[in-house]
Amino acid sequence: MVVTGLTDEAPLVRMRGIGKQFLGNAVLRDVDLDLRPGEVHALVGENGAGKSTLMKILAGVHRPDAGSVELGGSEVAFGSPREAQAAGISIVHQEFNLLGDRTVAENVYLGREPVRRGQVDRRRMEADTAELLDGLGERGISPRTPVRRLAVAQRQVVEIVKALSTDARVLAMDEPTAALADHEVELLYGLVKRLRERGIAILYVSHRLREVFDLSQRITVLKDGELVTSKATAELTPDQLVRHMVGRPLDALFPDRAAEPETGAVRLAVRGGGNARLAGIDLELRAGEIVGLAGLQGAGRSAVARAICGVDPFTTGTLELDGRPVTIGSPRAAIRHGIAFVTEDRKGDGLALRQSVRDNALLVRRAAFGRARGLGALDLAALLRSVTLVARGPDQEVRYLSGGNQQKVVLAKWLAVEPHVLVVDEPTRGIDVGAKKAVYDLLRGLARGGVAILMISSELPELIGMSDRVLVMHEGRLAGELPAGPSEEAVMTLATGHATVEAA
Amino acid sequence: MMAAAPAVATRPAQRLSRVLQPTVVVYLALVLLLIAGSILVGVRGGVLLDQGGILNILTRSTALGLVAIGQTMVILTGKLDLSVAYLIGLCSLIGAETMAGDPGMIVPAVLLTLACAAGVGLVNGLVITKLKVNAFIATLGTALVIRGYLESAYSGPAGEVPRAFQHLGYARIGPIPVSALLMVALAALAWWYLMRTKGGYHVYAVGGDEEVARFSGIRTDRTIIKVHVLCAVAAGLAGLFLASRLGSGAPWVGVDAGYDLESIAAVVLGGTLLAGGRGGVAGTIGGVLILATLDTIFDDLGVTPFFKDVVRGAVLIIAVALYARRRGVLR
Repeated sequence: MVVTGLTDEAPLVRMRGIGKQFLGNAVLRDVDLDLRPGEVHALVGENGAGKSTLMKILAGVHRPDAGSVELGGSEVAFGSPREAQAAGISIVHQEFNLLGDRTVAENVYLGREPVRRGQVDRRRMEADTAELLDGLGERGISPRTPVRRLAVAQRQVVEIVKALSTDARVLAMDEPTAALADHEVELLYGLVKRLRERGIAILYVSHRLREVFDLSQRITVLKDGELVTSKATAELTPDQLVRHMVGRPLDALFPDRAAEPETGAVRLAVRGGGNARLAGIDLELRAGEIVGLAGLQGAGRSAVARAICGVDPFTTGTLELDGRPVTIGSPRAAIRHGIAFVTEDRKGDGLALRQSVRDNALLVRRAAFGRARGLGALDLAALLRSVTLVARGPDQEVRYLSGGNQQKVVLAKWLAVEPHVLVVDEPTRGIDVGAKKAVYDLLRGLARGGVAILMISSELPELIGMSDRVLVMHEGRLAGELPAGPSEEAVMTLATGHATVEAA
Repeated sequence: MMAAAPAVATRPAQRLSRVLQPTVVVYLALVLLLIAGSILVGVRGGVLLDQGGILNILTRSTALGLVAIGQTMVILTGKLDLSVAYLIGLCSLIGAETMAGDPGMIVPAVLLTLACAAGVGLVNGLVITKLKVNAFIATLGTALVIRGYLESAYSGPAGEVPRAFQHLGYARIGPIPVSALLMVALAALAWWYLMRTKGGYHVYAVGGDEEVARFSGIRTDRTIIKVHVLCAVAAGLAGLFLASRLGSGAPWVGVDAGYDLESIAAVVLGGTLLAGGRGGVAGTIGGVLILATLDTIFDDLGVTPFFKDVVRGAVLIIAVALYARRRGVLR
């Protein structure tokens, strides 16, 4: 039977009216999805639109609160990924589930090793793996090679072979190209094509519009947990798709932007900055302005922040502070040059959760400047007031605070060293609206006081609402710069690499 | 099939890295050590590898080897067992007191001892997996409990092993002690288990990444409990061997020789990653032989204990630093 692009064949998987809540937040509402054999079905949407949750429901990781899942015409309810796997649904994770020290064959059959006379039947395991690899046209990978010796794209192939070895009929791929270099993406294209030819149904989750249009036969767009549209790929243009993905009203949460005279001299300038994850980064931050850094997950936004703040420094290019070239080789060097970094992972990198508000707020100041050569007397109470912290007192352990108040402690910790440059990565992640507003006001207030701020956020409305300029990243490079208040379409167009024209 | 496009590393580079496998390095180092030792001892007018020397090295290796085989399995899962030293003393006492000089009691005593050891290992494994106590702390706690019991119940050697059982410790074929052969046989068994059976594969998987192992459907708790039981049984065997050498049970025989840290040192010296997932029994036996050979050389040369420990410490650190250099990184 010849499998053509789009068929009216009965779907292999039929998901109807899927709903899911986490802690009272509805992350999916009444979503339908059909997967047909030999068809690549792309699932797109902004971060937090519910793509991963939907995929995890299909793969048995989560149970839906509402709706039904049918596989081959009969209703199924998977209690675990193993049950889904046994039914022929496999997931290829964005982060690889592989053991570096074990061989390809050992990884493919991990936990399901064939046994013969009490011993693992290594020969059969390796022969079967070789056959699967061969079937995908992958002749460069030996089943006996330890996975640690493979390139990232080859590890991806191993993940896929692992999924196929369970006789999967449905394959869910989560951002399969996120870890791949450009030339490796080509390999994946070929692989997906061969999987289709075998009549496997593929759910393809990706941010990258080019891949979506190159590979898929059908596209479903989710937004805020709801189905926006589900159409044949041929019926959509990239522009239409972007419009479906964005376009919600901006909240009136954001303080007024900087007026022209308020932005001052260049505080921080990077020219030709690059390292393992970044290339050709040119950017300037001026006193008094908030510069937004947009881009999809994995585009290198955090890498820029980490480079400027000395966590993973630039290895090429120059960095100037207030016009003088400086070398920032460590977070400590950055702090001593007046650069503060509010990290994305508040609990992991930002706070000592079991210590008091006071200890956390003074952590950086004490660590980087010592007691003797401090910055003059510090009024802790005033500092905590300035970030509008609500806590029982400076002795309260930070872990008992709400997410919003924890974030305020992180900000206080950095304000205590009076930074000239403030880099904030996802400053409002996981905090409620009231606290968000407080963080916005605080950031704008700092900018008015002459601080240069670089702000990263995956929430486009927030980034657009706050920024005086928006820089957009795509695959480790700056794809373009947009003036204050750009449309979401303009940002997404640059971020997805759909157009690399300088819009400014 | 290795086809036109090689995976990543080129052919010669792969061959080089195969030569640099810790297991190979360990045995090369052992050979070099034996040559250097023979020369040093020869200069002093002695012979390192005469019958007495070989016997000395192998006898020293037996008890440590038994413990280290068990310790290898535990470390391969990314855990540690600090309770083995006291457990060895306890097992020597259980064995010797149960035998009480009666040859007819040898078999029941051995079985009882190994059952007790297995029980201790089971407790270790359950505390680590079910109570989620870090292995370091869990086995340290077990060690303290056993020490408390030994301190209150014993003031010195107790029990008596029959002459027939003493043969186990002293019988030899030429310069090779029978007990050393038994130790090597156990090592071979452990090697087979780790390299050839499903259970062994899962030991490596759990040590490589416990999450990945669990997502792949491996019962990680069961694997961890199993290696702790096997390790404790190996320590029990070491206790029985020492009882047969001493003629009685001795509460501090394991601790005085420092078999807890010594066995970990031998495992690590043998190229097993302390974090788990990589290594094996073959390297461990090499590590044990190196430590025993060093001791024998130092005894022959009559160096001070302080210098001895400095060299042992340096060897250990250098070895691990060497292995760390060639460690590939995933993700």
